[in-house]
Amino acid sequence: MPSFTLLAQSVLSGIFIGALYGLLGLGLSLTWGMLRQINLAHFALAFLGAYLTFQLTHGAGWDPLATLLVVVPCFFLLGASMHWLFARFAITPFNSLLVTFGLTVIVESLIQWIWTADQRLMDSAYGAVRFKLGALYVPLPELLTLVLAVALSLAAWAGLRYTDLGRAMRAAAEDAPIAAAFGVNERSLSLLLSGISAAFAGVAGLCIALSFTLAPSQIYAWIGVVFAVVMIGGLGNPIGPLVAGIVIGISESLTMALTSPAWAPLVSFSLLIVVLLARAKKI
Amino acid sequence: MKLATRIIAALGAAALSLGLAQAAPSGAPVRIGSTLALTGPLSGTAIIHKIVGEIYVDDLNKRDGLLGRPVEWILKDDQSKPELARTLYEQLITVDKVDLIIGPYATPNIIAAMGVAQRYNRVLIHHTMGIPSLAKYDMQFPAWSVGPNPETTVPNTLFDALAASAKPPKTIAIVTSKFPSVYFMSVGAREVAKKRGLQEVLFLEWEFGNKDFGPIANRVKDAKPDFVFVGAIGLEGNQLLEAMKKIDYVPPMHYYMYPAPGPLAKLPEAQGALAASIFEQHPPFTNNPIAAQFVKEYNARAAKAGLPDNSVETQAAASFSTWQVLEAAVTATKSLDDKVLAAWLKQNQVDTIQGRLRFDRANNYGDDLMRVKQVQNGHWVTVWPKEWAAPGAKLITP
Repeated sequence: MPSFTLLAQSVLSGIFIGALYGLLGLGLSLTWGMLRQINLAHFALAFLGAYLTFQLTHGAGWDPLATLLVVVPCFFLLGASMHWLFARFAITPFNSLLVTFGLTVIVESLIQWIWTADQRLMDSAYGAVRFKLGALYVPLPELLTLVLAVALSLAAWAGLRYTDLGRAMRAAAEDAPIAAAFGVNERSLSLLLSGISAAFAGVAGLCIALSFTLAPSQIYAWIGVVFAVVMIGGLGNPIGPLVAGIVIGISESLTMALTSPAWAPLVSFSLLIVVLLARAKKI
Repeated sequence: MKLATRIIAALGAAALSLGLAQAAPSGAPVRIGSTLALTGPLSGTAIIHKIVGEIYVDDLNKRDGLLGRPVEWILKDDQSKPELARTLYEQLITVDKVDLIIGPYATPNIIAAMGVAQRYNRVLIHHTMGIPSLAKYDMQFPAWSVGPNPETTVPNTLFDALAASAKPPKTIAIVTSKFPSVYFMSVGAREVAKKRGLQEVLFLEWEFGNKDFGPIANRVKDAKPDFVFVGAIGLEGNQLLEAMKKIDYVPPMHYYMYPAPGPLAKLPEAQGALAASIFEQHPPFTNNPIAAQFVKEYNARAAKAGLPDNSVETQAAASFSTWQVLEAAVTATKSLDDKVLAAWLKQNQVDTIQGRLRFDRANNYGDDLMRVKQVQNGHWVTVWPKEWAAPGAKLITP
């Protein structure tokens, strides 16, 4: 019989990994739901962000959090540029899947060329810090991931809900011609949203670098579960991926604690099938 | 006759490797073909084999080449994909018309190449086949000497080492990746542990590519084993140790099947970690002048290539041994004929930097030359068996 500490620590681990799923899913969900782009390159951008964080921390001695000052604006421009290209060549949603897959392969090769295929592990002062809550341990890198995921998800939600810009984005996503008739500049807003989503990928990259081993091929390890998180959380919903991510994270962790860890990958897809069946009429 | 041939071949190879016999090779090159995972998930380790191959071929050409002819290594990128390896070996034999082939990196790719070698009756000497029972082809020869039953012999060597330590473990937790060659060894270790009377307090499996090691670390901590056998490949061992650190858990004694040796040794939490090895760059291994020269050259080239770990250990040593076996067979038979080479290898032994290899047991495997090494003060040192231990080194227990 597993101990209470084991179960509680597993739930905590699940919350932390789930927060990262949610953070990775946030930008993907927004571009998919509001721009009708299935952006597989989001994962490649997250890893590019992770490698840049690694480089700035190891090579230039920056504090990992300070790397966001460079990564976020750069990725914003990168995301906006990508969207400009997609719009320029009128990429359809289905074709966006193929094009962004191609971009992912290119970014993977670029990462491999610069940092080689060897696995990299970022040592930072944060890595060694952990807090104790009774018998439970709370590592700082994972805590930072949770804080960033919650803060960005709430900020995105509030921005879309309560600001004129956010309302305009939602209106453009709902019906672009009608929104344009009311003076909404859909093109500019799309660029802005793409930029923000890419910046979210950069932040997720920081969290990946803080807690995980980096290898170019790891880009693909996250796609399945994060896609499930986005589908379960609802497309274009900024809070949904976080909630779905935490649910999947806890489920996976408890599966690992109570049965065999080898069963954990089945959890996200089993949940996805259940949710898709339950929502069958809405699809 | 056999002994004489062996000694001549060994002395010849040693003399040549030391550069005692200098003659410029001439004529049409001997073309040796192979693939390596130059890109893809296996490329991090395959780069080691590329560097070793380049060192060996450069060295061969500085000496007399093979049969007095220069050697050209035709290397193709199999992208870590067995199906591509199969196609490329087909291409090497039928289009590039190479004289000889050697194996790619990693078990699945070797099995793919073996199928092609069998179709064309070519000798295949390979360096990293982890599951000997799958090597059914008569003219394949393993240069990584793990014996025909490593799933039994390797754990037995490990448990012998532990039994001889100051604090032999009574309970064991086995946690393992389901990566085929690792899983195969972990299941074997489980059986051996049972037979040797160790009480199993935990057995866990995870899918290769698992990202979250937190729950696994929690379960190991909860099980309170004396000894943790980690069936890990690559950085999985580091990831598990990192996860253990986050919950303030230090395994009393721990073993890693196929770790990324450099990164693991550098991890402070890995102090005392055990692993298997055929070669470490310290005496008595480096008492062999060929090994000492190779270590020097490899250290420099690996540093130049930007590898995070520049030490010669199992992968590099197995790779070097592959070329040594090939050279010894060609030199002794003065032939590039596959059947002649295969016949010679079956009847003779070859001295390599990992020890003397023979190919006369099941599936052409010979002895299990795997030893036990331990991380001590950030470096791997061989600790078992005693005759291969680094000077003054012995297994440290908590």
